[in-house]
Amino acid sequence: MDFSVLLGDIPTLLAVVLGVPAVLVAYIVGSEYLVRRLPDKNRPQVRPWIWVGPSLLLVTGFLLLPAIATIFQSFEDNHGAFIGLQNYATQLADFPSGGAWVAIRNNIIIWLLFYTLFVLAFGLALAVLFDRVPYETVVKSLIFMPMAISSVALGVIWKFMYSYQPLGAPQTGTVNAVVTFFRHDPVAWLQDQWPNGLGVLNNVALIGAATWGITGFAMVILSAALKGIPGELLEAARVDGAGELTVFRRVIFPLMMPTIVVVGTTLVIFALKAFDVVYVMTNGNYGTDVLALRMYNFLYLSHNNAAASSVAIILLIAVIPVLVFNLRQFRAVEARR
Amino acid sequence: MAVLKPFEDQTGIKVSYESTRDEDAILTSRVAAGNPPDLAAAPSPQLLAQFAKQGKVIPLNDAVDMSALQSSTSKSWIDLGEPNGDGKLYQIFAWAAVKGLIWYDPKNFQAKGYSVPKTFDDLTSLQSQIKSSGTTPWCITLESGSASGWPASDWLKEIVLSQSGPDVYDKWVAGTQKWTSPEIKSAFQTWGQILGPNDSNVYGGKQFMLATNFGDVGTPMFQNPPKCFMLNQASFITTFFTSANPSLQPGTDFNFFPLPDVSSQFTGAHVVAGDSFSMFKDTPQARKLIQYLTTAQAQDIWVKRGGKLAVNKQVPLTDYPDVLSKESAQIIVNTQIAKYDATDNMPADMRSAAWKALLDFVSNQSKLDSILANLDKVQATAYHS
Repeated sequence: MDFSVLLGDIPTLLAVVLGVPAVLVAYIVGSEYLVRRLPDKNRPQVRPWIWVGPSLLLVTGFLLLPAIATIFQSFEDNHGAFIGLQNYATQLADFPSGGAWVAIRNNIIIWLLFYTLFVLAFGLALAVLFDRVPYETVVKSLIFMPMAISSVALGVIWKFMYSYQPLGAPQTGTVNAVVTFFRHDPVAWLQDQWPNGLGVLNNVALIGAATWGITGFAMVILSAALKGIPGELLEAARVDGAGELTVFRRVIFPLMMPTIVVVGTTLVIFALKAFDVVYVMTNGNYGTDVLALRMYNFLYLSHNNAAASSVAIILLIAVIPVLVFNLRQFRAVEARR
Repeated sequence: MAVLKPFEDQTGIKVSYESTRDEDAILTSRVAAGNPPDLAAAPSPQLLAQFAKQGKVIPLNDAVDMSALQSSTSKSWIDLGEPNGDGKLYQIFAWAAVKGLIWYDPKNFQAKGYSVPKTFDDLTSLQSQIKSSGTTPWCITLESGSASGWPASDWLKEIVLSQSGPDVYDKWVAGTQKWTSPEIKSAFQTWGQILGPNDSNVYGGKQFMLATNFGDVGTPMFQNPPKCFMLNQASFITTFFTSANPSLQPGTDFNFFPLPDVSSQFTGAHVVAGDSFSMFKDTPQARKLIQYLTTAQAQDIWVKRGGKLAVNKQVPLTDYPDVLSKESAQIIVNTQIAKYDATDNMPADMRSAAWKALLDFVSNQSKLDSILANLDKVQATAYHS
């Protein structure tokens, strides 16, 4: 990157480096000065709004208004004329293989189910098992490391992992090297639409790569929740004669439930937003399309903003129930504290 | 970029240069945001032509020396730079490549007593001869990230042009020739004959074709014993051959022949491609740079680095670094029917649907009718957005 461009415009640089903090400080000091002049009983009503104000403004300007504009645009054709539900009709035409159906199926069934389950299962198992070994921190850091890799790099790495050579040639991909070691024919993991062209295999292969990247995140949060369980409870259960499995099932698991639900719903949102791994590894070919990629293609390949908007709204509708549920859970967890 | 250095030295203008693998998205965003670069190059003229239609690109007629351009560059390249047909030049081509070259290892051919096919029938009988000896005749690999499938479109374009001629080809590019029409369908079927039933003429079958990067297409051909004997790729592929296997010598270890004419009615028809430049901001520096890129001096630098062919006819044939690029430069000069890369000239969503369709065709050739019907649907909307 050429940083000399920064120095090319000194006034702008100064305005950004000095001006932005100055405005923030002025806002805080100025509004606090005004609040102090209010009668005592009004202050608690006004002060929160002063502090929330800037973020509220930003969220409105950069999230809410564009979202509303997107909704409007989804009812228009690409030249801005109102066409009602026609964009949605195109996206939802020709069930089950036409329109957006493949992407909807992949997001709402395959990604949502497998991605969430894989990450939760691995995260929970790793958190619980590593809790019992002395080298816990080291292993946990290792598992967490893929989180630091960009998803594009992750996709490239896993493309090598899944690399395919015909039967008889030396397998350069790790996964196929293992598979052929057990005398099974090599598999084109990212292209093979097993079973019967339904595309479960290659979608799950993509999900496997994504899982590798995010498991550390789930593990760390679940591990923190595990550490929060009081030792006396486990002790008491063991004294009462419970085996380790029973302790996990009857004590640890129920106590961790609120955290599992929060992590799970966050993962569901990640699953619905899936884009980068698919874009890098298959570009949505071979029945692996997802909604976010479809939206991107309408936007940048077809230059059809209206169709892209309708896909964005379909994605939004799919996310809303999870979002509501997630917020409720957050509140429930907060209330319990 | 080495090509920019003499320009910077001569004019004192410093060129800041950015590259991306995702040009459609980045250039579109920057143009929409009113912050385009002074100049942009694109591997397909379609993207720049689209901006030209939107009035975002500045005509070059008074920026470049038109009479010099007309004397140094053949008319078909200048016509391609005038997408609106109003005599306004919006793009200039800096370098070219010949598509549809069949590469082979002359030593393998000699060892087996195969000879270079002169006609399409020769080619099909050669491939059955190779197949009966127990080896797959072809290497074809189609993976290319978000552009997967494009190497298959090279086959299709060459066959359409050579089998059904330039008129069908032009109508096909313009979106007025239906994909389900007999001409396009038979081009798919001709390619299907090359692939063989269930892609059995191709090394590794469909899995290997779909899973392997286009740049690795030559690897099995140079193994001992060879896994395949022929592959189809544009002239740039030699850089992939030699970077994977530096001991390979052009001419002795790999050579090419043009795809034989599918129909004798259209002899010497070839698909060509190239990178083009457009000007988005009218600055004196941008004008100087785009003028410079049309000159033999600039294009000579690309030529000498190998793999690229000059559009400017004044670049001497002796400057090509090896015998093969000299030969392909001669093909560019001698081609009787030169047509620009069809899919690169289609709207981006048509092009991307065509790539996907070819991947689907490779996966299951028997689905051809439904694949073509789907392409017709895309064609109906892609040209009107």
